[in-house]
Amino acid sequence: MNDEKCLFEEIVRGGGMWSFVLRRHLTLRVTDIDGGANVGLMAYNADQPLDRLNLPDTLKAQYTAKLTRGYVLMSDMGHALLSIVADTVGWHDPLCGHGNAAMAKKKYGEAGYQEKRNDWHRNAHDDFLIELGKYGLGKRDLVANANFFSRVDVDVEGRMHFHPDNSKAGDSIDLRAELNVLVVLNTCQHPLDPNPKYAPKPVKLAIVQTPPPGPDDFCRNFRKENQRCFILTERLFLGA
Amino acid sequence: MSKFILTESKLEPAKAVFDLTLPSGDGWMREIKRGQTFRIVDLDGNQAVDTLFYNAHDFSDRYSAQDTIREQGGIYLTTGTKLISSDGNVLATIVADTCGRHDTLGGACAAESNQVRYAIEKRWMHSCRDTFMLAISRWGRGVTKCDITHNINFFMNVPVTREGGLSFEDGVSAGGRYVELRADMNLICLISNCPQLNNPCNAYNPTPVRLLIWD
Repeated sequence: MNDEKCLFEEIVRGGGMWSFVLRRHLTLRVTDIDGGANVGLMAYNADQPLDRLNLPDTLKAQYTAKLTRGYVLMSDMGHALLSIVADTVGWHDPLCGHGNAAMAKKKYGEAGYQEKRNDWHRNAHDDFLIELGKYGLGKRDLVANANFFSRVDVDVEGRMHFHPDNSKAGDSIDLRAELNVLVVLNTCQHPLDPNPKYAPKPVKLAIVQTPPPGPDDFCRNFRKENQRCFILTERLFLGA
Repeated sequence: MSKFILTESKLEPAKAVFDLTLPSGDGWMREIKRGQTFRIVDLDGNQAVDTLFYNAHDFSDRYSAQDTIREQGGIYLTTGTKLISSDGNVLATIVADTCGRHDTLGGACAAESNQVRYAIEKRWMHSCRDTFMLAISRWGRGVTKCDITHNINFFMNVPVTREGGLSFEDGVSAGGRYVELRADMNLICLISNCPQLNNPCNAYNPTPVRLLIWD
């Protein structure tokens, strides 16, 4: 893209967390530095956080159980939060949710702050709660999260299968904000990652200035449902 | 197509302590005590019953679709499924099921998502989320929209393909089929008997369900 400009970059270490209000039409580029990363993500309309990511609505509107370029993360109020405008991976998991402290302890053993300092074991549930709390949000505001860079597919019996080599070093995904979006993410391992060791991977975040979606925008036109979702979203800014 | 394993219950409706027929488009919210058994009967077939469960003592500890499917390693709910809460607790267990498959990926219909899915002009139509809004408003006690999370659709068939496609198929249920749950803690149950008129999954004809509780 010619019109884009990187505004800043930041590394989130494995097991780390991050939150940011991504202004409308800015793009969050997430890069898997080493391969095998997982980014658990929740999203909220920053101007009205009760308007929030709803993965069931997202999946049923677009008839999908995976996320990749073209799909739009939708809110429960019919708004487009984040459009997936670029993706080198091809499959991101919207089904499996995130782990908590009890699961991390059972899987990876105990490693508390007193012994390990900042190499202690983090878990996605607590990471989400910490970041949400900074905006006055709490347990009741947790929503179903997406897991970027991870793939879980479903066989004919409905059983779920995790693919360990889904994302390679250098893979990235671009998420463009369609309204002012509170993004809350962490880099804990996927809850179905079979690795018995605590080994969460880092990612690089870049905030990129990108042009607003025009009438020919790929995500807008990916489905009729997406066109209608963009219409409802743009109504939020009428007169602005 | 996988084979469904159907499990019948021996409980007799005449001995139920609660027995209600809930018309389509209506909501229902009630406490179910630990150890009680709760049955939902699809009276006329292919109805969708949008259902949420909460820990009766803490609304922030509530049904989690993602935790439930991940912990059992499969996306469909049937006999043996433990309904897991956002805090990792077992809310209830499905102990009988004569339908064989229930959805928890499709969520509830809403005025706004109907606009996205069908037409901008469809906002006026009745929806499950509106039923939920009215039910929690009447219930009070601090329950708000943030507590309306990702529900179960009993009797609904939403298959996922290996390639990651998701579809809404004709129901696998039929008149008289039922699902039965044992409450593993004191629960609040919230139901919207789905009024959706845009989706062929109920043959465009929402119908009543029967709700029964046994001690």
